Amino acid sequence: MIKLQGLYKSFGGKTILNGIDLEVSKGETVAVIGPSGAGKSTALRCINLLEKPDKGRLTIGEDSYDFEKITPKDILKIRQSTAMVFQNFSLYENKTALQNITLPLIKAKKYSKEKAIESALENLKAVGLLDRKDYYPSQLSGGQQQRVGIARALALKPEVILFDEPTSALDPEKVKDVLEIIKRISRERITSVIVTHELEFAMDVADKVVFLADGLVVEEGSPREVLKNPKDPRTLRFLGHFADKLEYVI
Amino acid sequence: MSSRLLDIVIKSLPKILIPGLKYTIPLTLVSFALGLLIAIIVAVTRVMKIKVLSWFFRFYVWVFRGTPMLVQLFIIFYGLPKIGLNIPRIPSAIIAFSLNVGAYASETIRGSVLAVSKSQTEGAIACGLTLWQSIVYIVLPQAIKNCVPALFNTFISLVKDTSLAANITIEEMFMATQRIVAVTYEPLVLYIEVAFIYLLFSTALSYLQKFAEGRLTYRTRKADAQ
Repeated sequence: MIKLQGLYKSFGGKTILNGIDLEVSKGETVAVIGPSGAGKSTALRCINLLEKPDKGRLTIGEDSYDFEKITPKDILKIRQSTAMVFQNFSLYENKTALQNITLPLIKAKKYSKEKAIESALENLKAVGLLDRKDYYPSQLSGGQQQRVGIARALALKPEVILFDEPTSALDPEKVKDVLEIIKRISRERITSVIVTHELEFAMDVADKVVFLADGLVVEEGSPREVLKNPKDPRTLRFLGHFADKLEYVI
Repeated sequence: MSSRLLDIVIKSLPKILIPGLKYTIPLTLVSFALGLLIAIIVAVTRVMKIKVLSWFFRFYVWVFRGTPMLVQLFIIFYGLPKIGLNIPRIPSAIIAFSLNVGAYASETIRGSVLAVSKSQTEGAIACGLTLWQSIVYIVLPQAIKNCVPALFNTFISLVKDTSLAANITIEEMFMATQRIVAVTYEPLVLYIEVAFIYLLFSTALSYLQKFAEGRLTYRTRKADAQ
């Protein structure tokens, strides 16, 4: 279970997140949507402290942290119990696909080399890239890199996987492959938070949709509630013509 | 070339080359290795902005880049004994050379570290690696790869700069040549000869650079087709 309470973050005097509450139950997939600049990615990056929040509380499983009193040790612990899939993949350029997965397993999770390789191969197989295990990131297409990124996150067996716009940087024809894999992860009840622009996808996989605007959670609920019957005018405006499109999706 | 000149050139060759193998090459290799180590430590410390240490290293780079190496050599070898610090000539040379390499190369490496995309560090720490682990395993290997050409510049400069050691009584190639010139009085051919040997050493390093770059870029070459 992941819980954010009163998350507040500003950059240089400009408030980005103005008291966000977010709860993700175990096994749940939560999609965070909203207009550009709403603070979606920032909120996600606050969960694993890639951005340091100004105020708020974070609860992961049994552990609860006050962002104002958080220590480097806490941060490491939080990062070791979460994993992130990045928009730009963030694979290690100097490591092969296989090593991208084994390195954090060996260094952060203290796996033996054999166990790390075994786990890496298993996860590469799950994303259909076993034959690319010895390729460097620059030798892989965007879609393949993102699949390695997902395999790396899965191998860590985290409490939650944080997806930061995982398909935004991909060619349209590669988006589907990656979404298929995320959908499968969601079905396996691996707790995930997904920041996405793919509304149909959110409708399809999410247990809960959270709509963010102006640094606040404006609306949240089941995909049907939020995407089909939005109450807040900002949600309505954002969904705009998407609501019409949904008619034939459902 | 008269046969006398040719005779001098041939006879002097081992007399120049042996000090080269005995002093120039070991001095270069040891100083460069130590200098590189200093450079990495200084660069990482400064990038990480570790408080007092970072300030101290900035001062160090400022001093060693801003003063002539010859002056540094003289201070270490001739100056320090005045305050009771007697450092023999070879260690003196190694200290001066490696501190110099360290100052220059630290800036090269610092620049390369800063040029490694932030997403590389984020990808590492988000997976639970510590900042140090991400620097050691992810950032530094990429940074060093990117600055190989610039580091070889420093390396090749050092080969030539070791000739300064002649000034603190180390009988390296240049001093050996000076001695032969003093006896034969043939400065032109002999100094050209020693220049040629320096060129030979530098060329060997250029090939090593090509090899090193080839080894490193092979791994990140773009695949032709997916």
